Amino acid sequence: MVLSARGLGMRFGDFNAVSNVDLDVHHARVHALIGPNGAGKTTVFNLLTKFLTPTSGTITLLGTDITGMAPDRVARMGLVRSFQISAVFPHLSVLDNVRVALQRPNGLATQFWRPLSALDRLNERADQLISAVGLSEARNVMAADLSYGRKRVLEIATTLALDPKVLLLDEPMAGMGGEDVAVVAGIIRNVARDRAVLMVEHNLKVVADICDHVTVLQRGEILAEGDYRTVSEDPRVRVAYMGTEEA
Amino acid sequence: MADMAETTETGGRTEAHSAMASSIRLGFLLVGLAALAVAPAFLYPVFLMKLLCFALFACAFNLLIGYTGLLSFGHAAFFGGAAYFTAHAVKEWHWTPELGVLFGVFGAAVLGLVIGFFAIRRQGIYFAMITLALSQMFYFFCLQAEFTKGEDGIQGVPRGHLFGLVDLSVSTNMYYFTLAVFVIGLLIIWRFVNSPFGMILKSIRENEQRAVSLGYSVQYYKLGAFVMSAALAGLAGGVKALVFQFATLTDVTWQMSGEVILMTLLGGIGTLIGPVFGAGLVVTLQNYLATSDFPVTIVTGVVFMACVLLFRRGVVGEFYASRLGRRLGFEHRR
Ligand SMILES: Nc1ncnc2c1ncn2[C@@H]1O[C@H](COP(=O)(O)OP(=O)(O)OP(=O)(O)O)[C@@H](O)[C@H]1O
Ligand SMILES: [Mg+2]
Repeated sequence: MVLSARGLGMRFGDFNAVSNVDLDVHHARVHALIGPNGAGKTTVFNLLTKFLTPTSGTITLLGTDITGMAPDRVARMGLVRSFQISAVFPHLSVLDNVRVALQRPNGLATQFWRPLSALDRLNERADQLISAVGLSEARNVMAADLSYGRKRVLEIATTLALDPKVLLLDEPMAGMGGEDVAVVAGIIRNVARDRAVLMVEHNLKVVADICDHVTVLQRGEILAEGDYRTVSEDPRVRVAYMGTEEA
Repeated sequence: MADMAETTETGGRTEAHSAMASSIRLGFLLVGLAALAVAPAFLYPVFLMKLLCFALFACAFNLLIGYTGLLSFGHAAFFGGAAYFTAHAVKEWHWTPELGVLFGVFGAAVLGLVIGFFAIRRQGIYFAMITLALSQMFYFFCLQAEFTKGEDGIQGVPRGHLFGLVDLSVSTNMYYFTLAVFVIGLLIIWRFVNSPFGMILKSIRENEQRAVSLGYSVQYYKLGAFVMSAALAGLAGGVKALVFQFATLTDVTWQMSGEVILMTLLGGIGTLIGPVFGAGLVVTLQNYLATSDFPVTIVTGVVFMACVLLFRRGVVGEFYASRLGRRLGFEHRR
């Protein structure tokens, strides 16, 4: 178990966006966090990565209590997230997007006296990551000019550049075409071999295919938990999630 | 590398294009430098030196707003503060001019560290207000402090001998010293912007949240840019004190902070040489108006409004974004 949360809660004013959530994310597993719109999935991500400070509960990452830690420190400890709305650096090339992620771990982030060519040292690793997500021929294209699906895989490549121990992906396949979905699913399966993945996903087929464990969230609370089969057969989940008993 | 000249999937931006833009840029730069080198033969040197000091000041300011998106309303503290520090070191301690200027730079950097430390956590208008408030505190400090000589300022600052050798009281010597400082200042800015650190700054400006999620402590990077900007503003201020041989309260007022914003906006935020043009415009205008009956502030105000309405990106930014500029391979986004 690499990441765990106990009694996590978040209030916005007098609205409980997340309440009493317990979550355990394990090494080498893909864990899905699903639930209807507004269930609080993104908020849970924000809490785990410390982009928001929980109003109650504790979070432990690799044995360290990170409840009071700043988000950049959490990232440096190896918990890296992607965003629901694709987060690339739009006016940087694909290559530069990945290199920015590589700069800090390679000690090339603070030199203000060195030329940009100092970053060429990162090209080899960057190109590996870029080709792993199939963006090689778009290497020098500005991120803003990529199609939506390609922005998403670029984001995955930059996230992987940090070699994170825990990967949090917020709807990595939203808005993608069928082919891309299969590609990204393959990538996620692959990276989860030696790290933990927690992902929010609406596409239940993907969840069924690649996720080992599913947590269902509804109105900020955990409704059900288990493997896909168990969860999908739970009548409460069927009602809450699909709005109907059958589906 | 066979695809170097090929059009990318967007059809517009190619490496060949930006190569053309950089050679054009280099050409302009050389012409500009040559013009500045011979300028004292045609124009009043003190006017030129004033122009260079303000141009460097504006470029330093632009380093902050253009590359981190932070609008400081307190840069006069660094400019005017450094003028005081340099003037004091040279006049009272009899330091050589280059050491005096370095002392000014150092003082401005320390001030930048303090003001930046308090301001950097805030964004937008709050950031601007905090920098304004702290620089006003510095203004009152300068008004009260012993060494600044209150309303009179530090007068009769000797220009001294550069490295103990070159007599800077000779106007041409002083001019070329100022020009050299200006060029070095621009080179520093250029290097800073095009460095690994500058890359991170750019990424923070592009998407701060993403930069945080990649583990960057964005406040430190912003603070770094703030201190660098303050130090370079100090470089300009220190040299200005030598040029005019005095340091007064004028350079630490909030109006001076406003003026540098004006120069930068006029020239074009986020372009390396835009602020040079902006500063040239404002200084020239002030110079002509100083001898006429027109109230300077009203006219600069009107010019400012006209420019903001006509050239939203500033003069240079507008050129980069124009069809001609884009065809030549310049890029301007904003
Ligand atoms: N900063 C905030 N302030 C107030 N309310 C918020 C804030 N962030 C989220 N909420 C509310 O919390 C609830 C959960 O939002 P959240 O974005 O976590 O849902 P989600 O499960 O990710 O939904 P979706 O599937 O649409 O992405 C929503 O009702 C939302 O309006
Ligand atoms: Mg969401």
